[in-house]
Amino acid sequence: MSGEFDAKAHVAHMEKMIGLTIEDDWRPVVEAHIAATQKAAELVLSFPLEDDVEAAPVFEA
Amino acid sequence: MSVPDDLASMTAAGTAGAVRAGSLSAVEVAKATLERIETINPVVNAFSDVTAERALAEAAGVDEAVSSGADLPLAGVPFAVKNLFDIEGLPTLAGSKINREHTAAKTDATLIRKLTQAGAVLMGGLHMGEYAYDFTGENAHHGNCLNPHDLTRMTGGSSSGSGAAAASGMVPVTLGSDTNGSIRVPSSFCGLFGLKPTYGRLSRHGTFPFVGSLDHLGPLARSAEDLSLVFDVMQGIDGSDPVQADRPLLPTFEKLNEGIGGLRIAVAGGYFREKAEPAALAAVDKVAGALGATAEIDIPEAARARAAAYVITVMEGANLHLERITKRPRDFDPDTRDRFLSGTMVPGVWVQQAQRFRSWFRSMMHKIFEHVDVILAPATPFHALPSGTKTITLGGETMPARPNIGLFTQPVSFIGLPVVAVPVWLDGADLPIGVQVIAPAWREDFALRVAHQLELDGTVKAPVAQL
Repeated sequence: MSGEFDAKAHVAHMEKMIGLTIEDDWRPVVEAHIAATQKAAELVLSFPLEDDVEAAPVFEA
Repeated sequence: MSVPDDLASMTAAGTAGAVRAGSLSAVEVAKATLERIETINPVVNAFSDVTAERALAEAAGVDEAVSSGADLPLAGVPFAVKNLFDIEGLPTLAGSKINREHTAAKTDATLIRKLTQAGAVLMGGLHMGEYAYDFTGENAHHGNCLNPHDLTRMTGGSSSGSGAAAASGMVPVTLGSDTNGSIRVPSSFCGLFGLKPTYGRLSRHGTFPFVGSLDHLGPLARSAEDLSLVFDVMQGIDGSDPVQADRPLLPTFEKLNEGIGGLRIAVAGGYFREKAEPAALAAVDKVAGALGATAEIDIPEAARARAAAYVITVMEGANLHLERITKRPRDFDPDTRDRFLSGTMVPGVWVQQAQRFRSWFRSMMHKIFEHVDVILAPATPFHALPSGTKTITLGGETMPARPNIGLFTQPVSFIGLPVVAVPVWLDGADLPIGVQVIAPAWREDFALRVAHQLELDGTVKAPVAQL
């Protein structure tokens, strides 16, 4: 991912796009959650996967 | 015929044996169970619905069938289910307020039907974390489930009532669901045996989903033998769950006494020993010592596996609840609401990468299982937390408690491996803590054999809580 993730800006944009209701006292928590998800995603995205690695249609081990 | 004083500590196998032998009637067991629920449930808040009338009718049917010579492996065994299972005549709450408005289920979930056909008697539905997005057992709508071993502590979730009901001896067996650890976490906190079978093993038909690509169902009980007994009855394809695999049945009960001979058992190192309190590691070491397991293996990229499961969970869960979270967010439990809201905002490319990583991780684990048959790991990083705990500190890092209780369960269910959580009581400890016994896909029998052996030699146990 390029640049620093701006959770506030992301939430502000997405809530309008999706039509969410986020009350003032929920907002910092929602922002913290999407920031945590971004951090997790960054860890996943930083792992190099070959192009032929596909999502399994069935996920059994 | 009379119900023994220690009904609360009777196992499913013990009850079924007595009812089949005619030394105990299913109706007497059901009546005594209902009395115990009436006494204990107000203390721990496990049951959301008690199906008393139905239980007595089912029990009478079992007694009649037994007297006619029917061979019922679970004759008269009382059980209860997390309230995301459809119970005929009741709305399927899934721990929510919103679902109270749903119409009553017309039929039972497949697994309830399988158990009752085998002679088990349904006692009711059990509380859970809202929509299963929970590791604590706390619920703003229905109150917290309390840990029977210490009422000031969490049961763990999201199968919170399933943990509290079995640990307090109201019923010997409960059913729960496990998406990221929701059977194994309450098993650890409440001191129970819990089985999360292989993804795709048991039909989920008639249950309210959370994350379809990660959802599993399974039993919690006070013995490995009971897990096995119930698991064997619940197997079989019903054609109604799109991800259920058409696998041959795996009879496990008859294999329990094979012991651990021939099984290569190792302890998970690296990630699984880093962010754990000493009790979690001591529990693993105690189990490993009892099994003579000295090898330690690293599971590469376990932290990434957990991160990928996290990303998939928040997005898939938010997708399921999109209409509800958009139109009526105030009707959600605040602790799940804010997570679901955030899940609507996750870019699709993040999620797809997590799903592709899942394939990589599965292939890698396949290779590891060429060299071992069973892997031991902590179930939770600590004993049951005090109710209301919001943050935890592990390995010097302070983090939110709620999502991180499942640090060690999440990478394992990510690729659907079967696990039995076994309850350890360390010397001098007032609380239990669980260890995951992890097996290769479709080899629940390995994990159950190990759990049974550990129980026989006294390394693990699940006593009824003294309330």
